[in-house]
Amino acid sequence: MFELSATPLEAIDLKSRFADVRAGGYVTFEGWVRNHNEGREVLRLEYEAYEQLCLEEASRIIAEAEERFDIIQAACAHRTGTLEIGDMAVWVGVSAEHRGPAFDACRYVIDNVKVRLPIWKKEYYTDGDSDWVNCEQCAVHGHAHGA
Amino acid sequence: MQKKTFNIHYFAILREQRGCSVETLESAAVTAADLYAELQAAHGFELGTESLKVAINDAFCDWGTPLQTGDAIVFIPPVAGG
Repeated sequence: MFELSATPLEAIDLKSRFADVRAGGYVTFEGWVRNHNEGREVLRLEYEAYEQLCLEEASRIIAEAEERFDIIQAACAHRTGTLEIGDMAVWVGVSAEHRGPAFDACRYVIDNVKVRLPIWKKEYYTDGDSDWVNCEQCAVHGHAHGA
Repeated sequence: MQKKTFNIHYFAILREQRGCSVETLESAAVTAADLYAELQAAHGFELGTESLKVAINDAFCDWGTPLQTGDAIVFIPPVAGG
């Protein structure tokens, strides 16, 4: 399961979907908006997503995690729109019989979400400037981005 | 050369540089790479194809994929989810 949400992830009851008598553990990762990046002070962020391809690619990532690791269920949610410092930007949850595969699958999902989903982040800085993360430097230096 | 009609969707930095989210245009471009070269020349996009991916009809494709009339095309700048 993957969802894009234009409203706070904190308000969604993500955990209860994992209730399963077979599960011996449940690992989650929350990505938060931090107040600095690459030495610059960040004021807020905007996320923009290409929804249809995002949903399809995220489904592939989750299916891969469920195939590669001995888990019961994996899921992910990602914000769109404007986020303030401290807001939850991304959430990954994995349940499994045992903790090892749950940690491994959680790491697999977040690592792949960050490099494969067509989602873009615009950072607004305290100095009034703003940048599309990973895009501006490519444009300046003319090299491919290696995430 | 016969022209085809394409629907092009822009996101993020390309949306800002183009000044719109979607446009329909006629072009003689044969491949996605041809179409991007045409748009880059017209609008001065800073990102080159080495920094972009391309999706046709909501699926990732190679730059050499031949375009069909009516295709929905998205040029995908470097992503930054999470």
